[in-house]
Amino acid sequence: MPRRNIGKAELFLGFLKIGLLGFGGVAPWARHIIVEEKRWLTDREFAELLGVGQVLPGPNTINAAVILGDRNQGLIGVLLCLLGQMAMPLVIVTALAVVYDRVAMVPEVRAALIGAAAASAGLVLGTALKMIRNIRPTPFSYAIGAAGFVAIGLLRWPLVPVVLVLVPTAITAIWWERRK
Amino acid sequence: MTGVLAELARTFALLSLVSIGGVNALLPEIHRQVVEIHGWMTDQAFASAFAIANASPGPNVIFVSLIGWQVAGLSGLLVATLALLIPSSALAYFAGRALTRWSHHPAVAVLRDGLIPVALGMMLASGISMMRTVDRDVVTVLISLGTTAFVYTTRRNPLWALASGAIVNVAALHVF
Repeated sequence: MPRRNIGKAELFLGFLKIGLLGFGGVAPWARHIIVEEKRWLTDREFAELLGVGQVLPGPNTINAAVILGDRNQGLIGVLLCLLGQMAMPLVIVTALAVVYDRVAMVPEVRAALIGAAAASAGLVLGTALKMIRNIRPTPFSYAIGAAGFVAIGLLRWPLVPVVLVLVPTAITAIWWERRK
Repeated sequence: MTGVLAELARTFALLSLVSIGGVNALLPEIHRQVVEIHGWMTDQAFASAFAIANASPGPNVIFVSLIGWQVAGLSGLLVATLALLIPSSALAYFAGRALTRWSHHPAVAVLRDGLIPVALGMMLASGISMMRTVDRDVVTVLISLGTTAFVYTTRRNPLWALASGAIVNVAALHVF
């Protein structure tokens, strides 16, 4: 829960920045802006929000933007967060589509894109590790997270059945852990 | 033209409701609909659009936006984007309200805590999947691991690491 209501302009500009910077996956950038730069949420609150966004249909950061926008500024907040997150990427992707055929075959451009993509992979990985460090999950949570990681990341099982098994297992495990 | 727009809207609105895991999880189905069923794009145009969307910042929804753009221009872009976003966002809106409303209920607390490790595991998995897709040589593996270390140990803007990754890989092109 946010400690105070985040203003409309603040929400819009925050998500505009998340969208603009969001190379190679928005989630790490959303965390960078929301947790480290603006301090709207703690790591734990952000992970909760992302978790809810993940199990619902739709992109996780879009769902997270909807929920964060509504909690702070209602429906207007939702629209501002979505518009903020989508505006710059839509302009950039169409501009890129226009020049793509001409520049994509330049070896330097290819190398730069691949280098940035390799760094994006590290950005996602480093952000996940940092969140784990800051949240300090219980042993059960560790096991659940590790199982999800192995199933999706290493074995490359399809996401939906994994989530459908993992979420009830996680809930049962945490409920059981609390009971003791 | 309106026929195409209506068909874009119908196709992506339906996909929106089953898009657990976002657009990347839907990729095979989007390909089937766009290339095989409707014949809106060739295989090659589809692959280029995917590469362009990946090189752009922002949520990977923009891949669908770009498909709309290439099928029917600006109106196609708007229709495809909104069709993909509105159904799932409406669901998130009501789910978020329900969670806030019953936030003090012990079951909701357990649900939220249960989703944390799932989110962390998925994020870790997507980092590794990205590395497996992108990293083809020693240099790219080092860029990925270097960025991981940078992000893990500092609070600095990750844009520095991304720019360095691009520069290092271009430099490597000329050195090796």
